[in-house]
Amino acid sequence: MKKIVSTGALLVLFSFAGASMPALADADDIVIDGAWARASIGMNRPGAAFMTIRNTSTEPVTLIGLSTPLAMMPAIHETRTSADGVSSMTPTDEIAIAPGESVALEPGGLHAMLMQLQEPMTEGETFPLTLVFEDGGEATVEVPILGFAARGPED
Amino acid sequence: MKRMRVWGIGATAVAAIGMMLFVGWWQVDGPGSPEPMGQRPMPLTEMAFSLTDHEGNAVGPEALLGNPTMAFFGFTYCPDVCPTTLSDISSWLDALGDEAALLNVIFITVDPERDTVAAMAEYVSYFHPAIRGWTGPEEQIARAAEGFRDVFERVPTDGGDYTMNHTASVFLFDAEGQFVTTIDYHEARDFALPKIRRALQQEMEETT
Ligand SMILES: [Cu+2]
Repeated sequence: MKKIVSTGALLVLFSFAGASMPALADADDIVIDGAWARASIGMNRPGAAFMTIRNTSTEPVTLIGLSTPLAMMPAIHETRTSADGVSSMTPTDEIAIAPGESVALEPGGLHAMLMQLQEPMTEGETFPLTLVFEDGGEATVEVPILGFAARGPED
Repeated sequence: MKRMRVWGIGATAVAAIGMMLFVGWWQVDGPGSPEPMGQRPMPLTEMAFSLTDHEGNAVGPEALLGNPTMAFFGFTYCPDVCPTTLSDISSWLDALGDEAALLNVIFITVDPERDTVAAMAEYVSYFHPAIRGWTGPEEQIARAAEGFRDVFERVPTDGGDYTMNHTASVFLFDAEGQFVTTIDYHEARDFALPKIRRALQQEMEETT
């Protein structure tokens, strides 16, 4: 875990899984903004990360998974609240993002669920989170860990 | 002339939005709201349960009478809804300033197996100091939830762990323990604060 200098500077890296895969057009196709996560109490409780994922290419992309050294079982989850106010959380297998569209991972909606933490999430640190797309493209973002009671990327 | 037209459209739009807001209020929160009596939380005076707060004190609904109450059910292994709601509650309390001291604010766990007194103490320490964490035996939690008409359910997850589905509304009661209203999950501060002030106001009226 490296210390972050500025929470505003989010690094997006691309890599492609093998030359035979149909790779995404170029590294600017997926833009991740406003990534953040809350600090955890120890390692027993799952964490969650939030961000906006923008598809700036002319092709649709489909997010199919996550990977991070921070958690053994990262997964995309969706929180739903029923008409009578009952909240539940379910795994979401894939998220399609149309060309020019973006999808928000935000409290009360979608989140990157970080199950089986390998180390505590400490305020002020960052961790890399890799988004895996159906076409083999990957985007990695350094997620800043904010305070335990943070309410958004600006906190 | 062009300017007049724009004005006309603007005024119509404002009137239309005003009407929409009024209709929305009427249906959701006003006299037009569907509130079957069976779904309303019971008055605190009719509830009966005994729990332990995060400092180890025995507590129950009677401990809440005399001040208005804001109550929320959740669990500390909750990655999204519970920390978000407790952060929201903390920001409302910050916005209320000194008035926050007049409120009981309680966070009741629906997961007593993992949420021990010590776990609740650590968890609430990260939020506004007015927030009290309550836990206790499963059957007492169930009795509390029944009184508040809060439903919860244990759901297994992939890794062999479990999560909890639960009512994520914030309940407001006046100082006499009568139910006032709920604040829905992630409701904007502009809507939440007047509701809290209404619960506080009811206290003022009753004591003067
Ligand atoms: Cu989740």
